[in-house]
Order: sequence, then structure tokens, then C-alpha cells
Amino acid sequence: MDVTLWGTRGSLATPGPETARYGGNTSCVAVRGREGGVLVLDAGTGIRRMAATIGASVRRVDVLLTHLHMDHIQGLGFFGPLYHPGLDVHIWGPASVQMSLQTRLMRYLSPPLFPVGLSEVPCRLTLHEVRETEVDIGEFRVAAARVCHPGPTVGYRITDSTDKVVTYLPDHEPALAPSAFPSLPREWTSGGVLAADSDLLIHDSQYTSQQYPNHVGWGHSSFAHVLDFASLVEAKHLVPFHHDPGHSDADLDRLLGEAIDVHDPAYRVTPGQEGMTFRIE
Amino acid sequence: MPASKPIQLILSRQLASCMATAIMLFDAQGNLVFYNEAAEPILNSRFDETGEIKVDDLLRVVTVADENRELLPPEARPGRVARLERRPITQTIWMSCNDGPWRRVQATAVPVIGEQDELHGVMQFFWEV
Repeated sequence: MDVTLWGTRGSLATPGPETARYGGNTSCVAVRGREGGVLVLDAGTGIRRMAATIGASVRRVDVLLTHLHMDHIQGLGFFGPLYHPGLDVHIWGPASVQMSLQTRLMRYLSPPLFPVGLSEVPCRLTLHEVRETEVDIGEFRVAAARVCHPGPTVGYRITDSTDKVVTYLPDHEPALAPSAFPSLPREWTSGGVLAADSDLLIHDSQYTSQQYPNHVGWGHSSFAHVLDFASLVEAKHLVPFHHDPGHSDADLDRLLGEAIDVHDPAYRVTPGQEGMTFRIE
Repeated sequence: MPASKPIQLILSRQLASCMATAIMLFDAQGNLVFYNEAAEPILNSRFDETGEIKVDDLLRVVTVADENRELLPPEARPGRVARLERRPITQTIWMSCNDGPWRRVQATAVPVIGEQDELHGVMQFFWEV
């Protein structure tokens, strides 16, 4: 399968010359299978450009939302396939205790925040409330698990027909604990089993180790945490992702480079940049 | 590979591990999956040494009596009431664990229920009185 990063920025779209290389669009990743299946992971502002790459022959698109914070849904109203009659669009995401997924999404996709209501889009739209289980979506097997991040939030593990695995944890704070991280086995670590033995792990890496103590409980990881997490789950290839809006390209080169040098991981690390494609085979 | 613990139990364990209140954490089957340092005197054992304790073993090593020192059957113990009836319960009980001394404790058991109304286990607090 091919995995393309269309939005790598966390929290807030951050366009500008100082973020041009890592990218300023918020979270969106496309997964394309050997048989032509398309999964879209999150609907941040990166989804607008991603939508333009969906060919006319595609009859169904599945959008998998990890959670409903604005940086993960803001692009949804600009997702072209929603406006194509005859196209099947399936949106997967978590409900909350009191509200359905539809109700939660319509808080954004309705006036006054957005001119078009979710019920008015011309595509054939189906909403799925994500359960902590596995489902088959076309040629993919998709597992979801609730992870440590404020509000209902899941991570996704996607397995293709050749058993290659991509795990997507864009907003994740597995280190939220009084004890040193990592100190517990995978099954006692948020996302630990979901991400086990991933061929490609796309993971939150918002803060430096110096910034993290001022953001404990916000639902994000430091560079050190994501490198330790990838070691714990024995990922083969790590893509640090969901970059802080305050980190320029130069900052990310330096900060991620230093963290990688210190950890000297046994796996490959490629800091996520908008437009990158990873072929997993 | 062991199955993942639900996030609700993972976060409950992290909370318990930084509390001075004695806390035991049970999974949905009633196995004792974690107890903190403050609970170790009550259980008369150390988590580092015992690890998780299966429900059948618990029934063997933990003896529970009501305030009048009448032995409580398993189904009347606070943890099991919370788990099977999915409701919180507070009760003063006597406990003896692993042949240790009897202790009079206020036990409060709260079911850990997830967002989709699924039971993940029970968090039980103990306060010596």
C-alpha cells in the first residue's frame, strides 16, 4: 500500500515560508491499496488537496476520523467527494457518551460555522460510529482502539491484503503517568498493542522534552516519548507527525535531529513532511 | 501477545499508582489486575511479587466479613456487587488476606464503564477505620 501525508501540522494550520517543507496543513493521510481502495485518515486542512487525487473511477471513499478536534475535521466541508452525487462516502469516527457521531459532526458542519449542513451533501453519505473492534473496509482490515487523548479519541491499525501494517496515532499521550515512560509492558500502555510490530507508525510528536512538562494532559507526545514508544512497540519505521505550529522547518530539522541522535533508534525514522509517500510492501 | 488493557483501566492504574489511598483494580472478569502500594498492607502482599491475581485465587486468599464479623459470600462482596450489578457500593467490612490480620475497612467499589456502556472492570478504594 502507499501512504501519503497531506497534512502533518498539529493544532492549527500554519502556512508560510518557514513551514513550507514540513507543511502547514493539519492532519490528513491517504492510504491506497493494491486494489485501488482509498482510506483517508482524518480530515484536517490537508484533505482538500488530497481529494483532488481521487480518480473518477473510485466509487467509494472511507474517511476515518481519530477524533473531532478542529484540526482533524476542519477540511471535511471542503472534501470534494461529499459533493459528488453517486459517490459513496463513509465517515468513521467516535461518538461520545451523550451525542452520536452525526450530532457531533453537525456542530461544525451546520450554520453558523459552515454554510452547508451534513444532511445536505449530495453524495451517498454513511456515518459509522467506531467501536473498539476490527472491521473490513474493502481490501483493508481496520482495528480501532481508544487511546490517551482528551475526549473520545481512537487510533487506527490498518492491515492490507499482504499483512503489512500501518498504525496511525496522530494525537496521543502514552506517557501520561506519574511513573517513568516507558515502564510498563505494551498491554498496559495506551496504543501499545494497537501499534505492535507496525511496518509504518505515524505518531504524534508535538513537543520537545522541555515543552512537554507545561503541556501534560493535553494529549500529545514529546519527541523522546514517541521514540521510546516506537521502541516499545517494535515499529519498523517511525514517522513523527502532528508538528507543533510553533516549530519552523529549521526548528524541526534541529530538534528532531537531536532527539534521534540521542536515542539512536534501532528502527528507521523519517520526520513527516507534507507530500511524502511511503510504499509499504 | 497479551491483549491490550482498555484505556479506562490503563488510566485508572496510572491514577492509583500516584495515590496514597489504597486502591485495587479489577478487570471485567473479576481478576485483580493491579493494586497500589497503599493497598499492599491490606492484601498482605506486594504487587511486584504477585502480579495479577486470578479471581479464583482471590477467593482463596481473601476472606471478607461484614461489620458483625459474619462471613460474606463472594457475591455479596463490594467488588463483585459493583461488577455484576454495575453500580457503586460503599460498605464497612472486615478483611483478612493471605492469613494476615483482620482489618476493618471502608470499601468503596465503582464500576469502570466505558463510553459505549461497556464494563471494563471495577476500581475499589479502601480506607481503614
